[in-house]
Amino acid sequence: MVKKNIVAMILAGGQGSRLGLLTRNMAKPAVPFGGKYRIIDFALSNCSNSGIDTVGILTQYKPQMLNSHIGIGAPWDLDRVHGGAAMLPPYMSEAGGDWYKGTANAVYQNLNYLESCNPEYVLILSGDHIYKMDYRKMLERHIDADADATIAVIDVPIEEASRFGIMSTDENDVITAFEEKPKEPKGTLASMGIYIFTYSKLKKYLIDDAADSESVNDFGKNIIPSMIANGETLVAYRFSGYWKDVGTIQSYWEAHMDLLNPDNEISLFSNDWKIYTDTAAIPSQYIGPDAHIENSIVTEGCVIHGELVDSVVFPGVYIGKNTRIERSIIMENTAVEDNVIISKSILLENVHVRSHNAIGNGTDIAVIDTGLTVESQARMG
Amino acid sequence: MMKDYMAIINLEENENDIRSLTVNRPIASIPIGSRYRVIDFMLSNLVNSGIKNVGIFSGTNSRSLMDHVGTGKAWDLNRKIDGLFLFNHGLCDFVNHDSKLLKNNMEYIYRSSSENVILASSYMVCNMDLAKVVDAHEESGADMTVVYTETARADTEFLNCYTLDVDKETGRLNGVGKNIGFHPHANVCMEIFVMTKEKLVELIHAGAHNINAGSFSNVIFNETGNLYINTYKYEGFVFCINTVSSYYRSNMRMLSSDVSDALFRSERPIYTKIKDEPPTIYVKGCSVSNSLIADGCVIEGTVRNSVIGRYVNVEKDAVVEDCIILQNIRVHKGAHLSHVIIDKNVDIDEHTELKGSETFPLVIEKTSMFK
Repeated sequence: MVKKNIVAMILAGGQGSRLGLLTRNMAKPAVPFGGKYRIIDFALSNCSNSGIDTVGILTQYKPQMLNSHIGIGAPWDLDRVHGGAAMLPPYMSEAGGDWYKGTANAVYQNLNYLESCNPEYVLILSGDHIYKMDYRKMLERHIDADADATIAVIDVPIEEASRFGIMSTDENDVITAFEEKPKEPKGTLASMGIYIFTYSKLKKYLIDDAADSESVNDFGKNIIPSMIANGETLVAYRFSGYWKDVGTIQSYWEAHMDLLNPDNEISLFSNDWKIYTDTAAIPSQYIGPDAHIENSIVTEGCVIHGELVDSVVFPGVYIGKNTRIERSIIMENTAVEDNVIISKSILLENVHVRSHNAIGNGTDIAVIDTGLTVESQARMG
Repeated sequence: MMKDYMAIINLEENENDIRSLTVNRPIASIPIGSRYRVIDFMLSNLVNSGIKNVGIFSGTNSRSLMDHVGTGKAWDLNRKIDGLFLFNHGLCDFVNHDSKLLKNNMEYIYRSSSENVILASSYMVCNMDLAKVVDAHEESGADMTVVYTETARADTEFLNCYTLDVDKETGRLNGVGKNIGFHPHANVCMEIFVMTKEKLVELIHAGAHNINAGSFSNVIFNETGNLYINTYKYEGFVFCINTVSSYYRSNMRMLSSDVSDALFRSERPIYTKIKDEPPTIYVKGCSVSNSLIADGCVIEGTVRNSVIGRYVNVEKDAVVEDCIILQNIRVHKGAHLSHVIIDKNVDIDEHTELKGSETFPLVIEKTSMFK
């Protein structure tokens, strides 16, 4: 095997139970996002845009959608002779088999994969986050600082700090302390769950961690604190820009409203850092003679006859005449017939809303489940 | 069965009346229908009919075509067994060069394990089930089958195309003419032929050695008297992309749902190269009606009755009506375009007014990004 400089490991096994119906049939990283993407597309595209050509994807919870979405990694240019995309689900061996117990354990169970890649550095990513980041700059920081581990950090408001892993650093951004979800945070530098490890160090700590029966095998709770305790060099890499973990239905909906803000920081529409995804061959969107669209995102295969305001529409959606949709997210191949009002709602894939209906009360977010047919005058939400 | 068939797309197509769109490309790679290229339709027709081996024989000006077709991945033709084969003209021959190009690549034709060939062109845009043509051909027992469309618009469309004199009772081809636009009614040849590989090879030899033969279709029709040529009437929509005005009208007709449903939304999808554009954003204050719009656009102004390609920005107070806008174009503030075809990579300055007409749409030629 050709020796790799850096290998990325994307943690994509999480359920994201607070996303309710959205993750009932798929892992959180597979949840559709932003009109034509799935959440994991951001981490995968960041990898390919950063020149990383070997990516392991650690799956566990309902992986079918991720498997079919990622395939051999072709949309991200990860169909490679050496390296490329590798799906890494839990597996059986002579000594039995185990589910992935924690983030560190998931990587530990795939040390054989990392050994076969024989990398200098390992980049650990979460498949759950929406952001654009050039990992090369982070790697540069890691090498320049001669660090054993580098943690990407972002400044968060102090009142939110207790939701994150909070770092204390010295004047050179060398990490002196790390607290996972502290009750009384001492700072505002939050870990983004993005780590670069020098592989030899990572391997040692993963093996030690696996032997420790007290450990919950988690990077934030175990690996990082024990590295700090042992006097390893850990540095912070400061990131500024859009970064969002869409953990709940509310934050999922908000992230879409962020996209519609003309000054949004994620700049999904800039061409210099493309987000790639698995795309089907479908025709362009057709906007009908009486349609009215304002501040909305529409994509391929859609047919829009009605009114669309502050909404995000996925491929193959049909919106009938005299139908008004506002502040809503309409997923792939959902059809809404004529004379329907939809407000602040999320309609999942393949929903069929028959004519003369109203969905959503405009205050709470209404979620309509995949494949549901909403009969006429069945006011919902 | 379709597994006994290979396909050859012969791109020796008449560009005389569509030159402004073929400055840098063959007809086959002219963008059409907002996100497609002309050749996408025939390639998809072949693949959707179960053909696994396609050879594209093209002229010299093929950079754009090669870039678009690539390894054939979009059509699932990047295969170890069979797949896509590309053949280019050298610059040496100017007489009956399609016959010669075919002859020079005889090895490809012999090597294919298929016994039969579908020979097609790209400029007849349609969504056709070629398996039906093959079935009809095999049932007829003819030496060859040629596909045609019956039209009542031959006085404005299908100009310079071959017209077929079809025997009403037997469907046999009696003779061949050219459509010079005198009569509205005609049986227009779609330049799709089905025959055995053996027959094709025979015709290639005849064509390559006959200096007066002209195009390979001519070579075939010269044999009308000697062969039993059966005809197959295609009943669906056909758009003949051989003049600027037919190109314009074809795009405009794709705005109507009966046409776009039949062409794009049938059970036989049309495949094209994926470009990974973001979705299109409709900014507050924009006004869009009756238009086909690709991904990657930002629409701030007004778009009416138009076909818009990928990465087009229509700025505030700009109006685009009855236009075909290809890829990567910015229409600046206050510009007003009506009946205009804008080729790739063009910037329309602020407050520019451009006006063509339905019969004579104005064409703004492609600009190179690299001077």
